[in-house]
Amino acid sequence: MKSLEELKALREQMQSKMNVRKDDNETIRVVVGMATCGIAAGARPVLNAFMEEVNKRGLNNVQVTQTGCIGVCRLEPIVEVFVPGQEKVTYVKMNAEKVPAIVAQHIVNKQVVTDYTIGAAE
Amino acid sequence: MKELSLNILDIAKNSVTAGATLVEITVTETPARLTISVSDNGCGMTPEFVARVTDPFTTTRTTRKVGLGIPLLQMEAQMAGGDLSIESEVGKGTTTSAWFDPGHIDMPPLGDLNSSILTLIQGSPDIDFLFTHSIGERSYTLDTREIREIMGDISLAEPEILAWLGDYISENESSISNPT
Repeated sequence: MKSLEELKALREQMQSKMNVRKDDNETIRVVVGMATCGIAAGARPVLNAFMEEVNKRGLNNVQVTQTGCIGVCRLEPIVEVFVPGQEKVTYVKMNAEKVPAIVAQHIVNKQVVTDYTIGAAE
Repeated sequence: MKELSLNILDIAKNSVTAGATLVEITVTETPARLTISVSDNGCGMTPEFVARVTDPFTTTRTTRKVGLGIPLLQMEAQMAGGDLSIESEVGKGTTTSAWFDPGHIDMPPLGDLNSSILTLIQGSPDIDFLFTHSIGERSYTLDTREIREIMGDISLAEPEILAWLGDYISENESSISNPT
């Protein structure tokens, strides 16, 4: 069984890493809509997939966060990607399968995945 | 909602919005009844607002006029031989409880509780969650205040901590559902 003792070891490991995090003006933000509409449409697995993918690639300049209702409930799950210095990109009707492509092409290589954007859906 | 764990995630977010610093989530399973309770120390509601809150056209939001979280959970409970109740006091907090008949043909699955708890912690790493799940005589508790005491100023939303918490929850979930 997991014990709280293990957490103490984890803390030691993490404290050294904390200092290498980049500062805020370089951080790419991924924001997942997690109001009733988003949750019902399947936002939870989308959020998990982003966290998993960002972790797997060790992208410590990416912050995955949650927000409320973005306002176009019929297109949920919705994800907004904010790359510093660029216009916000809104991805709609998301699912976990679309996440690796967005992380690889948009977040890593800075190429918007146009097919999944709100512009393509409308 | 496909599973009750998603309702739990949704309802607990109301507590976050209400400015709570501690949210207690309790899932109690007996052969005759499954009860979900979400209790917080947030801003609370006036009796007038509590009376209207199961109406889908009641919300505190100002951008539009619908609020579906509570009505959806109430509908699901009523469809499965149960109901929903809310106790609230301004300045003290709110407790929302929903109960179900687990043997009812329309009983929704409980689903992935682990994922809902982690999503709550990831979304509000500065708020404390006290999660208790009991099945019959067996139960376990996750108290983020204990975790926070050990981790100090490291955010609970750090992936390493979430991974540890996920393992902790799944180990405990399997030990209460399949006792050896």
